Amino acid sequence: MAEASYPEDLKYHAEHDWARIEGDQATFGITWYAQDALGEVVFFDPPEVGTSVSKDEAYAEVESVKAVSDVFAPLSGEIVEVNAALDESPEKVNQDPYGDGWMVKVRLSDPSEVDQLMDVAAYKELLQAGS
Amino acid sequence: MPVQYEGIRQEHVAVRTGAGVFDVSHMGEIETSGPQAEDFLQRILSNDVTRIAERGAQYSVLCREDGGVLDDLFTYRLGHDRFLTVTNASNHERDLAWFQEHAGGFDVDVSDAHERWAMLAVQGPEARAAMERIADGELPARMRTADVPVAGVACLVCGTGYTGEDGVEVLIPPDGATAVWDALMEQGVTPAGLGARDTLRLEVCFHLYGNDLSEDRNPIEAGLAWCCKLDTGFIGSDALRGLEPDQTLVPFAFTGPGIPRQDNPVHTEHGEGVVTSGTLSPCLEVGIGMGYVPVADEAPGTELTVDVRGKPREAEVREKPLYRKETSG
Repeated sequence: MAEASYPEDLKYHAEHDWARIEGDQATFGITWYAQDALGEVVFFDPPEVGTSVSKDEAYAEVESVKAVSDVFAPLSGEIVEVNAALDESPEKVNQDPYGDGWMVKVRLSDPSEVDQLMDVAAYKELLQAGS
Repeated sequence: MPVQYEGIRQEHVAVRTGAGVFDVSHMGEIETSGPQAEDFLQRILSNDVTRIAERGAQYSVLCREDGGVLDDLFTYRLGHDRFLTVTNASNHERDLAWFQEHAGGFDVDVSDAHERWAMLAVQGPEARAAMERIADGELPARMRTADVPVAGVACLVCGTGYTGEDGVEVLIPPDGATAVWDALMEQGVTPAGLGARDTLRLEVCFHLYGNDLSEDRNPIEAGLAWCCKLDTGFIGSDALRGLEPDQTLVPFAFTGPGIPRQDNPVHTEHGEGVVTSGTLSPCLEVGIGMGYVPVADEAPGTELTVDVRGKPREAEVREKPLYRKETSG
């Protein structure tokens, strides 16, 4: 994905992660900004299904040829699914960060945490303030 | 030089299959001339400087008295009594001070030539062909140098490189560097950055100072005994004579998932080691690296476990180079 994009229907975390909320579950991934800063993703090291993740803490690692980056959980909960396709094709994180490049699905332990996340307007402001 | 222009893997593949150019102007140069230039360099460089023919090139290391490695260097013999030594950017000032400090007692002139040269490395199977189209004269053979005008600029062209591919390194007066770069762009040569430079050199197991070489390591354990001619009496040779190191630098590849990184601990059957360079190999598509392991674990095929941020990853000692053109495509 060559052009920056930030979907309206997602919630954003300051560490450049997104969450798509579906009831008491959410899908996590990294934003266009994060994948662009990282460069070509060549390896995704997922957590195991059944493990707990805590808001603001690292739950996985993503690597480009040159560098390793932690992936932070925007919300707390239990991993119910990991994107197995990233094992063979980690470049999906670059090509489609909000679609095929999703990372994990989580059963939320505290859905009220969603209120602490940013909407797209606030996240875009954060990006502008940083650049 | 940026880490990347378009993408590390793309630039890496361009150098393996076509031609790429690296702006390595950050590298330093030291010129040594005078009646005793050869005697002086023989004293401080590890290799046998008397064996560099006029217009020839040679790899060596610069050692402390105790054998610790200060830098690894290429030296070109431009005339009988005139040499140009290429240094690593981060070591240049220290190398220069070392040269000057030890030049006393020799009839030589040591000068900092860093500001006199920009440097472009043009590498890949198509590199020479691209250079030939913009050069006015014959390019030097491998490990040779020649004065050749390139894009109308008087250059010193060297048949050397750091990628395992054919190609040249071009030393250019700084005000002519843009003209040479632009001419290479017109020939379709791909700009390549520091990231690809690192993955390319690691696939062919060339040492990187600061990773695989340091003052805390000697050239014998680093696998560089071949360029340490102890009989020449160079500084450090006494410390290296008869040395039997506990560890040795080996190339390895992961047999499962993961990417090794510098400073990852290594566990072997006979003890502990450490990764000094690691990356994902764009050509082999597995994690590769080099690291120091107990000498008893140096044989190709030996299994290693690399601790990648707390996760044990399986690896195997391999032969040099990790990537070989014939077998790898």
